[in-house]
Amino acid sequence: MYVIIALSIVIFSIMAVTTKKILRAATYLLFALLATAGVYFQMDYQFLGATQIAVYAGGVVVLFVFAILLTHKPGKDAEALTSHKKVQGVLAAVACVALCGFALLSFGRFCLKTLEGGADVPMDTIGTTLLSTGSDGYLLPFEALSVLLLACIIAGVVIARRR
Amino acid sequence: MKLTLLMYLIPSLIMFGCGIYGFLTRKNMIAMLISLELMLNAVDINFALFNRFLYSGNHEGMLFSLFAIAIAAAETAVAIAIIINVYRIAKNVDINQINKLKF
Repeated sequence: MYVIIALSIVIFSIMAVTTKKILRAATYLLFALLATAGVYFQMDYQFLGATQIAVYAGGVVVLFVFAILLTHKPGKDAEALTSHKKVQGVLAAVACVALCGFALLSFGRFCLKTLEGGADVPMDTIGTTLLSTGSDGYLLPFEALSVLLLACIIAGVVIARRR
Repeated sequence: MKLTLLMYLIPSLIMFGCGIYGFLTRKNMIAMLISLELMLNAVDINFALFNRFLYSGNHEGMLFSLFAIAIAAAETAVAIAIIINVYRIAKNVDINQINKLKF
């Protein structure tokens, strides 16, 4: 199961940024996000995995597909997606990956920790943590996020409104 | 097979690298946004992974990724609204041709 998830994350991420058709890029993004949900389920974070599927695979990708269909004419004469700066892009990506890999290899003694069982987070723990005001509570970020989502709905309507 | 933290960090690192490559080379705004989602997603994976492997008793990292997912969704919605508005004015979403701040 691990091999399937890791391989699909790697392959679909690479295909999502190298494919020539934008609708296919959105589809590959969907599969990469579903594989991420698979990682969360393997970590026993059921709620996080469900959120990932519902918000990303269900919401964001559909939004992408709508936006693509609104702003592109599908077909053979579609415009190219990638500019000519491929070499710089590859260099930047490789530099970042090399830097992070070096940091992992030199300081990452914790990297060899294995997965231990029994970390299942029950739903009521998540609920009380999100809505409690104590030192381990997250009520303020939760409220801020609610206001942010409201502002984002209003902003979306105002920006995309036909004048 | 024993699953170690490194075996999950490497796919997420590759995902982040793909995001950087796509963000720098794509010239379509929606394709750039797709690359941005890949990067955000790789970071979310890392939060959950470090929480689960190193501090298995707590769940701060999981809640952090939960909030990050919600914020990423909000950001995508606003960005797509902006892109659709730009398309309505400029008739394309190619960043090389959108070079005016005011129409």
